[in-house]
Amino acid sequence: MSIPSYLDLRQKTRARDRSLRDKVMSLEEAAALVADGDSLAIGGCTASRTPMAMIWALIRAGKRDLEVSRSIVSTEGDLLYASGVSRHIITSWFSQGIVWGVSKVMRAYTESKRARFEEWSHMAMGLRYRAGAMGVPFMPMRSMLGSGVLDRTEGAKTMECPFTGETLLLVPALNPEVAIIHVQRCDAYGNAQIDGLTFMDIDMAMAANKVILTTERIVSNEQIRRHPDQTKIGFFTVDAVVEVPFGCAPHECYGLYEPFYTHMDLYAQMTARDADTGAKAYLDRFYHEPKNWADYLSRIGMAELLDAQRRGSGIYDD
Amino acid sequence: MTTERARISLSVAPAYTGSELLAVMSARLLKDGQTVFAGVGIPLLAAILAQKTHAPGLTILFEGGVIGPFVEAGKLPPSTNEQRCSRRANMLVSITEVLLLLQRGYVDVGFMGGAQIDRFGNLNSSFIGDAENPKIRLPGTGGGNDIASLADMIVAMKHEKRRFVEKVDFITSPGFLDGGDTRAQAGLPAGGMFRVVTDLGILGFEAESRAMTVLALHPGVSAADIKANTGFELPVPDDVEVTPAPTPNELAILRELDPEQLYTA
Repeated sequence: MSIPSYLDLRQKTRARDRSLRDKVMSLEEAAALVADGDSLAIGGCTASRTPMAMIWALIRAGKRDLEVSRSIVSTEGDLLYASGVSRHIITSWFSQGIVWGVSKVMRAYTESKRARFEEWSHMAMGLRYRAGAMGVPFMPMRSMLGSGVLDRTEGAKTMECPFTGETLLLVPALNPEVAIIHVQRCDAYGNAQIDGLTFMDIDMAMAANKVILTTERIVSNEQIRRHPDQTKIGFFTVDAVVEVPFGCAPHECYGLYEPFYTHMDLYAQMTARDADTGAKAYLDRFYHEPKNWADYLSRIGMAELLDAQRRGSGIYDD
Repeated sequence: MTTERARISLSVAPAYTGSELLAVMSARLLKDGQTVFAGVGIPLLAAILAQKTHAPGLTILFEGGVIGPFVEAGKLPPSTNEQRCSRRANMLVSITEVLLLLQRGYVDVGFMGGAQIDRFGNLNSSFIGDAENPKIRLPGTGGGNDIASLADMIVAMKHEKRRFVEKVDFITSPGFLDGGDTRAQAGLPAGGMFRVVTDLGILGFEAESRAMTVLALHPGVSAADIKANTGFELPVPDDVEVTPAPTPNELAILRELDPEQLYTA
């Protein structure tokens, strides 16, 4: 674990075209912005606002050895392992979700040492992205001390506070090469509005050297400028914008659709019998065989999509 | 369907599942006006139950970045990070901000479940067996380590010998570490284990040694029962209290909250 040099970090930022320009492209074009071996941060949390369409595109493009980080990892982590896209995931919690039990795929890959799950506390993940966003090499914090979690992490250090003499933990900055984040709406330049829970996405966008936004809808820059207080991620951090309706399916997108529970149950069933063959069958049917994203959604099914949308839009009802 | 059966049996004698007992007993420990940081599952249910009974002014925080919600009956979230957690909340913030409230000292009680615990209240949710070559890789800490490091803790879990062990395989979330003042010495001057609520009784920690001790037994549970289900020496005082059984009202609220028995089966 090494912290990038501050001047290199600035240089990478200076070298980007940060102007107000149209960045709209296809999922496939956006996938081409990610190189094998890159560090990749994934927005959202657990089964919420997961940029699933972008992950789908990265798996279909056959990316290799991405060092993935996320606040909490759900089914997308299983699929990143099983597809070979990643053998190293840095996160605080990794399983489909508590109601589905411990992920069989995560277990199969980590217990056989085919892949690594590097565990940090949730606040440590957040402060690592925040340090990255702030352009400082670390953040001090007061948890993880005394635990086995600290013993197994690379790069965290304890220090005696120069002001109080207390023991503090310093967690190293995360400056991912690429961040992929899904939002409810943004303009063609990448000014993004996020409804509901923002998780760690704003720090993540500021920390990354490149940001790919997927969005339910592209709106005009005029619409964004009417409510600039609602812009959570600024155009100057964004390198690509892809419009993908239902881009988190089968996970949720706040205010639009809840998780596709029946499909999540299907995934759990498919991987429960045998993690390897189950994950492969799932990848074939939902990742490799579909002609396009609409075909993927069709395979999940209209009834499920309508149900998820009905439940999702109900969050604002009395 | 299961719910229907349970409701009918209520008119005869209050029957309840182990999870329902856990939720009721831990809800009673929460006080009106407190701020509680609740994990998913029993803690979430118990916090909402407390809110709907004796603690209407309880402020619930969820790890997803939610401050003071009223989660809707029958629409429990699958984790603390989905929109269902945010129903009628006062404020939504980032995950990092809500966790920092623990560090700043705004949280009275941290409340979570546990897979494995030891006599000093250390919790393991990372590895069964040796961490290098685990028998089972568990999901990990999430915010558990942060909550246990920075708040007074209530833990709700099933009381089984394999879960109550002399020493946890791995310290995911710190209790009192090796007992005495070792927690403070490790750089954790605040917080620590307050109560462990199980389906057999309520446990606390001795003031000096910080070892687990029995504070109360649930109705029908004997000192021998609780000792037989614990993998370390657990003192039970002769005059140990017995908790009042869950009331029909508490059970009815729980079953309305979780009709599908996501968390109370």
